[in-house]
Amino acid sequence: MSASIRRRNTLPGFGLSMGLTLTWLSLIVLIPLAGLFVKTLELSPDQFWGIVSSRRTLSALKISFGLAFLAALVNLVMGTIVVWALVRYRFPGRKIFDAIVDVPFALPTAVAGVALTALFAEKGWLGAPLSALGIKVAFTPVGIFVAMIFIGIPFVVRTVQPVLQDLDPEIEEAAASLGASRWHTMSKVILPGLTPALLTGLALAFARAVGEYGSVIFIAGNLPNVSEIAPLLIVIRLSEFRYADATAIAVVMLVVSFAIIFLVNRLQRWAQMRAGG
Amino acid sequence: MTIEVRNLTKQFGSFVALDDVDLTIGDGELLALLGPSGSGKTTLLRIIAGLEWPDAGEVTIDGESALSRGAGERHVGFVFQHYALFRHMSVFENVAFGLRVQPRRIRKSEAAIRARVKELLDLVQLDWLADRYPNQLSGGQRQRIALARALAIEPRILLLDEPFGALDAKVRKELRHWLRSLHKEIRVTSIFVTHDQEEALEVANRVVVMDKGRIEQTGTPTEVYDHPANAFVHGFIGESIELPVEVTDGQVRLGDSPLAIAADGLVSGPSKLFVRRHDMQVGPSGSGVLQGAVIRVRTFGPVQRAEVALTGGNKAIEIDAPRDQELRPGDIVGLKPRHYRIFAA
Amino acid sequence: MSIEMTLQRGRVAASAREDGADASAAALGHVGPRTEPKLVRIAITAIAVMFLMLFVVLPLVVVFAQAFAQGVGVYFAALSDPEALSAIRLTLLVAAISVSLNLLFGLIAAWGIAKFEFPGKTFLISLIDLPFSVSPVISGLVFVLLFGAQGFFGPFLAQHNIQVLFALPGIALATIFVTFPFVARALIPLMQEQGTQEEEAAISLGASGLQTFFRVTLPNIKWGLLYGVLLCNARAMGEFGAVSVVSGHIRGLTNTMPLLVEILYNEYQFVASFAVASLLAMLALITLVAKTILERRLDNEDIEP
Repeated sequence: MSASIRRRNTLPGFGLSMGLTLTWLSLIVLIPLAGLFVKTLELSPDQFWGIVSSRRTLSALKISFGLAFLAALVNLVMGTIVVWALVRYRFPGRKIFDAIVDVPFALPTAVAGVALTALFAEKGWLGAPLSALGIKVAFTPVGIFVAMIFIGIPFVVRTVQPVLQDLDPEIEEAAASLGASRWHTMSKVILPGLTPALLTGLALAFARAVGEYGSVIFIAGNLPNVSEIAPLLIVIRLSEFRYADATAIAVVMLVVSFAIIFLVNRLQRWAQMRAGG
Repeated sequence: MTIEVRNLTKQFGSFVALDDVDLTIGDGELLALLGPSGSGKTTLLRIIAGLEWPDAGEVTIDGESALSRGAGERHVGFVFQHYALFRHMSVFENVAFGLRVQPRRIRKSEAAIRARVKELLDLVQLDWLADRYPNQLSGGQRQRIALARALAIEPRILLLDEPFGALDAKVRKELRHWLRSLHKEIRVTSIFVTHDQEEALEVANRVVVMDKGRIEQTGTPTEVYDHPANAFVHGFIGESIELPVEVTDGQVRLGDSPLAIAADGLVSGPSKLFVRRHDMQVGPSGSGVLQGAVIRVRTFGPVQRAEVALTGGNKAIEIDAPRDQELRPGDIVGLKPRHYRIFAA
Repeated sequence: MSIEMTLQRGRVAASAREDGADASAAALGHVGPRTEPKLVRIAITAIAVMFLMLFVVLPLVVVFAQAFAQGVGVYFAALSDPEALSAIRLTLLVAAISVSLNLLFGLIAAWGIAKFEFPGKTFLISLIDLPFSVSPVISGLVFVLLFGAQGFFGPFLAQHNIQVLFALPGIALATIFVTFPFVARALIPLMQEQGTQEEEAAISLGASGLQTFFRVTLPNIKWGLLYGVLLCNARAMGEFGAVSVVSGHIRGLTNTMPLLVEILYNEYQFVASFAVASLLAMLALITLVAKTILERRLDNEDIEP
């Protein structure tokens, strides 16, 4: 009798959809990414270390990671200010500015690259007044930094925005009714509540800036050891058919990005726990 | 349609939802599955509908195994707790859905479908809502549309999961009567799940009381109310006074004092005495079986409810006395149960 | 956890609520318990607006200013250049291929993931998210390693005279990779929110699996699907890094619009470069407007009937 009972789902198609999903995922994503790591295995540890620790590679990695982190920090501060204004204040054009925050995400990176370059070039709208002050942006590391700020803008804003909106107003009112000054309420009540979201936004902006290519290469100047980012070095090595070099740099970057994802996941779990508790 | 449920067992992880359940449902019954949440009643209903599969056991509908068929092949009408109306379809299209998805060779003509939907909307008295969308309806209206939709496929059995659960008290009362009269009209074997004993007793002609995946008692509303089979059923159905007592050699004791009530045929050991609130007769001090002091009296409806602190114990009970009886806080009264039941604890 | 999806989810949630209490307090000139002194408010708003103007609005304006720097005639001449036209055609073709494949995949994956319970679900979702956290250049590199002359399948492809790299298949593959998660990740949370009750109801009313999907599930998720497709398309048309690595930059043949922007720019044909760039910028603006509208619809889609 019970032999006739099949364990089954009410809705059909689970097996089929899982089968297709896993197949397609493997073909497009998993196998190609695995290929990268397999390729690295062809290198001996010495060779790998030689490539990664060469002056040019190290400089490129330092520039990518260092400037990405600085840009993410700027976005943390500016993003917080922007999100505060968007969520808490009413001003003309607020909805348009709210929508505009997503431009760096929607605008093709090559377009952003040429636009930023035109803007910050010596004769550009911003470049001209800046160079009058003796500040050169385009074709210097500062240009990389500016481009990385641009592409990181949406991340802090969009991760913090929903949290700030859902923040229970009673908490602030309670703090105020207990006699806390506005500054106290901000630093002791609101900011701690936003911390997980802020850190998540920081990590996401950082991850995006590290891997960024299109919006950076036009404005960077691309001088080896000075203003050459790691993704560009990969492209250069590829064009020289030095696949091993390209792969080794890519693996380093990939491992760091995966570490960041892991960190972000932990941050989110932390945030959820705090929200739940 | 008769439904036979045999040795049904279902586990979710380590949680036992159904534990060896047997049940026979006769043709044309209006049966209530009553129990607290987690008692397995909804799981049982979903297994009969084909929305869930048991780990072991058998379900037959008119002698035919139901488990070998999917939900769509069982001709079972299911009304979901939250109605599950198709949000992007009008009321009319919701009701017509089951007719439109039939295989072409048995599908009715468009005119016949329209006529049938109209008929069903008339039956649930909502024909004027045909062009509305679900989010434009009240809870009670959605409930009736969900019912009409389930009836469209001319189901052999009608299953309703907490049909009144999401409605406010007044609408709930109205719909109860309406469901009863509808069942009288269409005579389809129907099972509904509820955690509300009043609902089960008022609507169903037979009640199945469940707890922790098992059936505790099956019977007519009168049977389960007047002759509860065990402590759980007595406690769950009707408002009861529950007192921990000790049975020793045919005598019942509450704490140290023996109670003057018969204990024939009771097994010795710790037990529970159950009395309905309105079955506790209030008399002058010294009379009856229990003594106590009235702490508080509230009057509403046909009764007055008195809180009485029992003498020789730190327990207070609530009893319902007729309104014309004089009761004041501070009165010392004697209490005598008119009917009572004692179950081994 | 993915970068872009955090963005999307944040955006949806953000548009869901408006709060008025403080606005009215501020309008009346009170300093409510939940707001700051007027000067601070003005300062913060001014900094935010300035920052967005400088870093977001100005770059957009520059694109159009440069594109029209020598007048409308030159602009349209640049766009009707055969190289530009071929780039536009290739971009549309690549977008059509990758969006439709990811649409199909997204629907199938979302059905399996959202409508059923199984162990390892969270892990599967993070695998689908992977492409979002891979640098665009690396997304192109992995296909060079597979299909390049020195790649795993290179010799085989050369033997059979199949061109993957520096041709349409390579460009399409790299684009599919970078846009892989969009549709699936737009649908999964929405479908999880909607639950399985309507589908169960349809099945119990005798509908087949396909009838249930097309008559019940699909109409319920149409706005979410469109949302995913919209973002997927924007990225597919605008992708630069990954495509740059696999395209080979063969003029008039394997240049997409973003690649053409680069080539023209490097050749100092600024007007032509910015003319093509302006088309892509327009695409971005249209995408944002459509996205904002869709987010309103999506809020309604979430709500139970």
